[in-house]
Amino acid sequence: MKITLNGEEQELQDDILLGQLLEQMQLAGKRLAVEIDGEIIPKSNHAHFKIENGNRIEIVHAIGGG
Amino acid sequence: MNNDPLIIAGKTYNSRLLTGSGKYKDLQETQEATEASGAEIVTVAIRRTNIGQNADEPNLLDVLPPDKYTILPNTAGCYTAADAVRTCRMARELLDGHDLVKLEVLGDEKTLFPDIIGTLEAAEILVKDGFKVMVYTNDDPIIAKRLEELGCVAVMPLAAPIGSGLGIRNPYNILTIVENANVPILVDAGVGTASDAAIAMELGCDGILMNTAIAAAQNPVLMASAMKKAVEAGREAFLAGRMPRKRFASASSPIDGTFF
Repeated sequence: MKITLNGEEQELQDDILLGQLLEQMQLAGKRLAVEIDGEIIPKSNHAHFKIENGNRIEIVHAIGGG
Repeated sequence: MNNDPLIIAGKTYNSRLLTGSGKYKDLQETQEATEASGAEIVTVAIRRTNIGQNADEPNLLDVLPPDKYTILPNTAGCYTAADAVRTCRMARELLDGHDLVKLEVLGDEKTLFPDIIGTLEAAEILVKDGFKVMVYTNDDPIIAKRLEELGCVAVMPLAAPIGSGLGIRNPYNILTIVENANVPILVDAGVGTASDAAIAMELGCDGILMNTAIAAAQNPVLMASAMKKAVEAGREAFLAGRMPRKRFASASSPIDGTFF
């Protein structure tokens, strides 16, 4: 399936959970926030949230700013 | 001066200097300058995580741990109320429910002046959503009061454009905002050097938020230390109450008892 991850189209295996995707990206356990199709997915739901074809996923973190 | 704390949204801070974490050479400099400034509240920006690059690269919040600093996520780069609200909600999720935010809705890239219509709109939504909003605004006393009435926990007028270092351009407006306020007023943006910080504090501002003045100094860590002292000095001078200005001289030594 296809998703858009931080603005870039990506091909992804079917039947993948958000928690697994974060693991694959070596982002598991990092301090970040995830939004899918405009809805924030709370950390507590990452493990069992199912990614769907066409999802627009945003993963953000804190960086330096004033 | 622990008997003169800054209180924002019910929380007590000993430092009246708030710092940004942008524009530093690296995270070590960020950490050292922040430490030298004595700041307890530090702003951060919320941005996309780099995907597939340096999974082990150090994270800003490793050098500015949220159990040591009050992290103040900003909405820098937002030109609409909707983007600012969305950013704040992402920040709250990122910081495990921490709901103190710095709201800025910008109007134009050249000046980075606030879009006041968008700022008021976003402030109202965020306050209703339970956020504690510290809001960047212009130096208009009427708007500052409106933002306070909307429920913002601190109002932060600019002293000059963001990153300009031009100093306190309109001290009388800042003074009017301070005199009218029932919430902390912090100068946010425009300070260039220590004397600017002292001037803002002498006007009665409750604190100052700055980034570029420290980060873009030749020696950011030393400037951070200078700013800490300037903010403290300005605060003490404000509390002490300055002498009245006089046009002509007034001798400090007595005239009586001269022998010549």
